[in-house]
Amino acid sequence: MASGAGRPRLAPHVRLSYDQARQRYVLLTPETVTLLNGTGAAILELCDGERTVADIQAELQGRYDRVVGDEVRAFLSGLIARRCVELSHG
Amino acid sequence: MDRPLGLLAELTYACPLHCPYCSNPLNLGDYSDELTTEQWRQVIAEAAELGVLQLHLSGGEPLQRRDLVDLVGFARTRGLYTNLVTSGVGLSSRRAELLREAGLDHVQISIQADEQALSDGIAGTPSFERKLAAVRLVKKLGWPLTLNVVLHRQNIDRVGRILDLAAELGADRIELANTQYYGWAQRNRQGLLPSRAQLERAEAVVRAARTRLGERMEMIYVIPDYYSRYPKPCMGGWGRRQLTVVPNGDVLPCPTAHTLPLPRASVREHSLAWIWECSPMFQRFRGTGWMGEPCRSCDRRDLDFGGCRCQAFQLTGDAARTDPVCRLSPDHEIVAAAVRAASEPARPGETALVPRPHPDTRRRS
Repeated sequence: MASGAGRPRLAPHVRLSYDQARQRYVLLTPETVTLLNGTGAAILELCDGERTVADIQAELQGRYDRVVGDEVRAFLSGLIARRCVELSHG
Repeated sequence: MDRPLGLLAELTYACPLHCPYCSNPLNLGDYSDELTTEQWRQVIAEAAELGVLQLHLSGGEPLQRRDLVDLVGFARTRGLYTNLVTSGVGLSSRRAELLREAGLDHVQISIQADEQALSDGIAGTPSFERKLAAVRLVKKLGWPLTLNVVLHRQNIDRVGRILDLAAELGADRIELANTQYYGWAQRNRQGLLPSRAQLERAEAVVRAARTRLGERMEMIYVIPDYYSRYPKPCMGGWGRRQLTVVPNGDVLPCPTAHTLPLPRASVREHSLAWIWECSPMFQRFRGTGWMGEPCRSCDRRDLDFGGCRCQAFQLTGDAARTDPVCRLSPDHEIVAAAVRAASEPARPGETALVPRPHPDTRRRS
């Protein structure tokens, strides 16, 4: 699980993009397309390498009532395992 | 109907290399009337409207097109993720900087082996040092780097050293893909198909390397489908996720579908949307309705879509049959015999490879 103190950002080969044809956000790598829901896109827009996982959690909890901490961490852990997101510490 | 996700743009079949495993067509000369820059821009614009998100710029050698930077820049204005699939030959620092400025997202460079003599031998031209220079340039300009290595009988025993070289060069990803037998590769199959013993050794080396280097580098290993139990889910299903436009403007569900007895579909005559949605080329093997047995009643029909139509046609003469790679195919003996032959000692001369020649290209760009 992604630790709360790590600072996530997209890996260099990954691009977050809005897909006009499908009217949703997508995460693009050379071989994969991941369709995102609104929460996923909101999390990734905050992954700037400056905010910590805990910061992102707090920010989204302020924005949407239903976003729970574990949801942010589980989502990012999955993308870290797939090397779409990198986590820096310190 | 699904919308396509990826467009493979084979911009030109001109290439300075002569790799005997090339999947380009044997009749390279028939593709010399290439689309113009304006026509490619139109293709890219229509693809984006159709839902395409990824543009793979390939060939031949895409750097042979003088309008490559222009096409990358144009694709970026349409929001596409752009991926250059190159030999690295022709990537000068000036060209690389222009591509970087145009917004190219990702570069994949092929290497043929871990050392010069073998790499140049397989490529049929001195190219190894130029590839290394291109790799360094990609790293210097801050692109993520994927190395592509096509594995076959003549380099698979060096897979460990290839992985070490990739790590030393700072590759972020490496794709070790066993040869797929189409085009020139099919002509050279006897000299390219590895033995079972070679494959087993290579797989053990890759497993060990995952433990050793897995943190630093993502490794993708594609087994040769001749050795697999079930066929590959070719292109993720016919006309389902991907489309290919070849240098003369023909549109295909996969890069080798020109070999099938289906009516041509060209961007010179029809819109990309019509071709995707209505053309016989794309409709013929879409979904599962075309399937006969054993695919029709098979639990795996939505997983592998009956395998590869081009391989079925190439090996049986009927594109609607089950891919003979599948153990359940009544034609599986064709593949089993090729695999047995690959594990017998080769007779001299049997494994000589025919190099892919230069096409006679009259480029318009």
